[in-house]
Amino acid sequence: MMKKVLIGNVAIAEAIRLARVDVISAYPITPQTIIVEKLAEMVDSGELDAKYIRVDSEHSALAAVYGASAAGSRVFTATSSHGLLYMYEMLWWVANSRLPVVMAVVTRSLGPPWNIHTDHQDALTIRDAGWIIGFAENVQEVFDMTLQSYKISEDKRVLLPSIIALDGFILSHTAEPLELPSHEDIDGWLPPREPLPFVMKPGEGFAVGNLGPDEVTMELRWYIWRAMERAKKVIIDIDKEYEEIAGRSYGGLTEKYRVEDADYIVVGMGSWSGDMKEAIDILRDEGYKVGLLRIRYIRPLPDFDIIKYCVPAKAVLVYDRAVSMGYGGILAGEISSILRGKTPVKSVVAGLGGVDMRSEEFVDSIKRFIEEYEMDKDVEWLNTYWLLKGGDEG
Amino acid sequence: MEVRYQVSDIDSEGIVDAKMFREKLLSKPGRGSAGRTGTWRLYKPVIDIERCTRCGYCWLYCPDDVISWKPREYPEIDMEYCKGCGICADVCPVDAIEMVLEGE
Repeated sequence: MMKKVLIGNVAIAEAIRLARVDVISAYPITPQTIIVEKLAEMVDSGELDAKYIRVDSEHSALAAVYGASAAGSRVFTATSSHGLLYMYEMLWWVANSRLPVVMAVVTRSLGPPWNIHTDHQDALTIRDAGWIIGFAENVQEVFDMTLQSYKISEDKRVLLPSIIALDGFILSHTAEPLELPSHEDIDGWLPPREPLPFVMKPGEGFAVGNLGPDEVTMELRWYIWRAMERAKKVIIDIDKEYEEIAGRSYGGLTEKYRVEDADYIVVGMGSWSGDMKEAIDILRDEGYKVGLLRIRYIRPLPDFDIIKYCVPAKAVLVYDRAVSMGYGGILAGEISSILRGKTPVKSVVAGLGGVDMRSEEFVDSIKRFIEEYEMDKDVEWLNTYWLLKGGDEG
Repeated sequence: MEVRYQVSDIDSEGIVDAKMFREKLLSKPGRGSAGRTGTWRLYKPVIDIERCTRCGYCWLYCPDDVISWKPREYPEIDMEYCKGCGICADVCPVDAIEMVLEGE
């Protein structure tokens, strides 16, 4: 085990090197990150024995790895914000063809106005496409989640693509110390990809993505649904296995931080969960019984954990870095849909376009909502609250 | 808390949902695997045997591979699957193929 100081982008490239990926395809221009630059260097120097395909757009980047994955290769691509939206059509092709593609999404705001800083709006547009979607909290988790994603996606019980979402700049461009396992640690645990779910070879004719009867289309969606249900268990198992190799695990689909005996549960995902943890510590010292349920995977949604930790609480406060216009915070909607009114859920929209949220701001807003809830349990609580800065109060 | 785990059909190679992959997601090319496409046709190609020089152009250009032909033989069109696109009539160097409205 080696210790290095790396930024999130390079941490992903290191994980891809350790996973011995066969084919990488990328569109190299904005909004691309240096993940693929670092990988190009690795391929050039011979550190990574992979085929590197430069393409003309993000749509083509995913199409290229689609083909390579269908031919049995372990593949990788990376993108961000508008680049991800440009891939949108191919995202559905990959998932509906059940190919274990792994992709890094550096989450960044969508324009206009042009803004390169983080929010989760881009990654959450693909919520329904059949991809497994994980959000990392720190650079170490970005690295670990990338390695785990290959194991999860290629699992015979799953065979679905995975996205590792990492917050733009906060994780992608900020250096943190992290522990790196070596090839000796990883190779036995992550062997070369098996030829699953299918391998296209010259001379053996078959088609994927062919015309199908309506009933078959629906049935294939149902199979994806079942694979997603199984993925919940697979993600938990693989996270435990990983602890034996790397000495770290994260609690599977969610991380539970001081949730035991908590009256109020705060829910969030991504890098600002670290600030939330600090806020929870401060509030606990002041006598507030609060805990954090950090969502690591939004797809598949950890329904069991949400029920287990949120139902016994008095109320749940969800911080969202993405919003569904005309509805509310996207994560808050997900949590409410599982709780079905059993516990009140307050949706807070904050940090859009990379607006910074510090731990003391979490402390203040959590306190305010606890007081508000205890004063009037129904009225104010129902609205989505916008934590604006430098503008009018929401 | 116990997480639901659904059992699926697993084949000898350990592929979960094996039947789905083999029979639903992937398709082997075969006669009529996309349905009887001949029903899509508005105009049907009719070959004038008197004019036909047996050159094989229609066989070569047919995008659906429904024309069978061998050197020195007359071409034959499989009307079960011919969609009536008219490319054969267009490429025929001696105008031996005429597109006739179905039902006439």
